[in-house]
Amino acid sequence: METAHPAERISGAAAAGSRHALMSVRGLGIRFKTAQGIWQATRKIDFDIAPGERVGIVGESGCGKTITGLSILRLLPNNLSGLDGSIMFDGVDLASCSTRTMRGIRGRRIAMIFQEPMSALDPVFTVGHQIAETLRVHTNVSKDEARAQTIDMLRRVGIASPERRIDEYPHQLSGGMRQRVMIAAALICGPQLLIADEPTTALDVTVQAQILDLLRNLSETSKTALMLITHDLGVVAETCTRMITMYAGEVIEDATVDAALVRPLHPYTSGLLRSLPHLSPRLGRLPSIPGRVPSIAEMPDGCRFRARCPHAIAGCEAEQELLDAGEGRKVRCWRFRELDLPGALQHAASAPIAGRVVRQ
Amino acid sequence: MPMAGDSKAEPIVSVRDLEVGFQTMDRRATVKAVDGVSFDVRRGETFGIIGESGSGKTTIGRALVFLLKPTAGTILHNGVDPQALPRKQFQSHRRDYQIIFQDPNAALNPRMTIISSVLEPLELAGAGTKAERLARAQDAMERVGLPQELGERYPHQLSGGQKQRVIIARALTLRPKLIVCDEVVAALDMSIRGDVLNLFAELQRDLGLTYVFITHDLSVVSHISDRIAVMYLGRFVELGPTESVSGRPLHPYTQALLSAEPLPLPSTMRSDRRIILQGEMPSPIDPPSGCRFRTRCQYAQSVCAEQTPAWRELEPDHWVACHFADRPNFSPS
Ligand SMILES: Nc1ncnc2c1ncn2[C@@H]1O[C@H](COP(=O)(O)OP(=O)(O)OP(=O)(O)O)[C@@H](O)[C@H]1O
Ligand SMILES: Nc1ncnc2c1ncn2[C@@H]1O[C@H](COP(=O)(O)OP(=O)(O)O)[C@@H](O)[C@H]1O
Ligand code: SF4
Ligand code: SF4
Ligand SMILES: [Mg+2]
Ligand SMILES: [Mg+2]
Repeated sequence: METAHPAERISGAAAAGSRHALMSVRGLGIRFKTAQGIWQATRKIDFDIAPGERVGIVGESGCGKTITGLSILRLLPNNLSGLDGSIMFDGVDLASCSTRTMRGIRGRRIAMIFQEPMSALDPVFTVGHQIAETLRVHTNVSKDEARAQTIDMLRRVGIASPERRIDEYPHQLSGGMRQRVMIAAALICGPQLLIADEPTTALDVTVQAQILDLLRNLSETSKTALMLITHDLGVVAETCTRMITMYAGEVIEDATVDAALVRPLHPYTSGLLRSLPHLSPRLGRLPSIPGRVPSIAEMPDGCRFRARCPHAIAGCEAEQELLDAGEGRKVRCWRFRELDLPGALQHAASAPIAGRVVRQ
Repeated sequence: MPMAGDSKAEPIVSVRDLEVGFQTMDRRATVKAVDGVSFDVRRGETFGIIGESGSGKTTIGRALVFLLKPTAGTILHNGVDPQALPRKQFQSHRRDYQIIFQDPNAALNPRMTIISSVLEPLELAGAGTKAERLARAQDAMERVGLPQELGERYPHQLSGGQKQRVIIARALTLRPKLIVCDEVVAALDMSIRGDVLNLFAELQRDLGLTYVFITHDLSVVSHISDRIAVMYLGRFVELGPTESVSGRPLHPYTQALLSAEPLPLPSTMRSDRRIILQGEMPSPIDPPSGCRFRTRCQYAQSVCAEQTPAWRELEPDHWVACHFADRPNFSPS
């Protein structure tokens, strides 16, 4: 799945980003070749991740979360037509570095886990073999040492009797254990950044709670930064400190989780909170955001949320930038200062969740 | 097991002492995926089933639409055993009882365009003229929020959520009486999830549909269902009206499920008193004796290992299987 050197680059990559960031993404855009022509899937993506920080990337299906994650490791599908912008990781631009440099980073300094652990694990090898392999590819530890480290890692991700489990095959493990194995394989080389794409979506809530707890604790103790891709705002609230909301291939809001939930600055973020079943009266119509994400072919100029936004006025058709909203917040809506949008607190007051919140 | 959910009207589905067993891969043991479950699905209701993966939800769902043969027990549709029908009648009967599966990748043919996939069941059923079928397929796509131009694409060119919508559109084209929805909104993002849930509710109102809604998402099941059954290791542990089950859960497992749900709330509003269950559900090959939840239950006593808790109606229409569910102050809330 390795994608070669970016086929074509438009912009001359914007500024290098924050000096304290572990990773600075600037002006990232991804284009695919499709039967309908060139498909600009994402554009002008800017964000930073600080060392050890836990950032949630949320947004509707198709908004570009997965491909943004994949682009960091240059694992985009073959019909990629071009990658714009820069992805500065510890002084290296991952968007343009050599394949060789990328190999040294992928799996070792930046690791990724996916929703379906079964598809990422090879059914013919034991779990121990798969984890130890990662280690042996990137470091020159002995076989015995790799095995010892693997057992230790399996224990750290909460697998009971790892001495026995290490010799089992993926099909002998439950879904939760497979995801733990994937996490162990991802963390065995001590990466600085872990990209987790919907890591708990296939799991039950009780196991999800364990895995999210695990990711949070591992990230805290090992200072591994976490980029958690999810469509579940609850998962972000439980796990992350910062939340980046994407819409139609762009970042539209970037704030701490608490700030975004309490006082969202973008009408889309506020609308999302409103549409959650947790925050709505039971059996009633769920307030959804009217309309749908515009397709690439009919993408409007200016604010891409315009056709669905209850606050749209003349001027919104002008090109929107990711604006600095102060206190480390960013928002892609030029009206953010004058709008006073409801957040989770206001919505929760009228919902069944209210009873559960008060009880605590 | 006494009947749960009696009602005056003939239930659209009536399940008694259902057991479904599978041979393990090495053929040395039998897994009882469903081990003695009884319930009725009332016409026009949404019957929610929640539980961990492997608890037997999908197996119940497949048995309900006769994709699987029960090992023991009975399943009646409108008081009739469909398996007793002549073959041809059985086939057309099955069209009224649809199931939508959880894995959109497995359900879509990678070499078929989206619109052909949506059209397929209509063509197999030979419904209407070609133009009518196309109109119905396009209408279904529109209803689930898929732009028409995606019709010419192939599954791999769609995002996960887009594929799930295609599956829903496809089942809707046949206008069934009952749909078993197995994790159908799991892969959907929030704003469209609301739309799809509204859509299910709308179709239910307009067409009198009945749903069996299988999901692990508590917020979804409590929003859409009239009643909720909580499943653990092949059995129901609790069944009752949604308000009671989600508002005043009687079973320790239900209580743990509710508390494990990640809430989209700021830190100041979140509680630290979560019950994080240890481990996972034991294997159904060798389930624990007595109460099957006892290996993870914080209230387990010795009697829990010795006796299977009875299925009791502790409140009107609210059933539970736990020795101690009727003790005051038992619930942690
Ligand atoms: N190989 C491809 N060719 C053409 N378009 C693609 C390709 N892969 C993805 N896309 C498009 O790019 C956009 C972003 O896709 P991506 O998979 O990143 O979405 P996502 O935000 O992860 O969605 P989900 O929540 O459904 O996983 C979508 O419009 C999708 O249809
Ligand atoms: N075709 C099959 N062959 C063998 N075992 C199966 C089969 N289908 C399901 N099972 C087993 O039955 C149990 C219940 O599975 P399932 O109904 O899919 O659970 P759920 O839908 O609640 O996740 C699991 O232990 C599963 O492994
Ligand atoms: S720029 Fe205008 S249309 Fe866009 S989100 Fe802000 S108010 Fe709405
Ligand atoms: S019967 Fe015993 S083990 Fe089972 S749920 Fe009740 S208290 Fe827990
Ligand atoms: Mg994705
Ligand atoms: Mg299932």
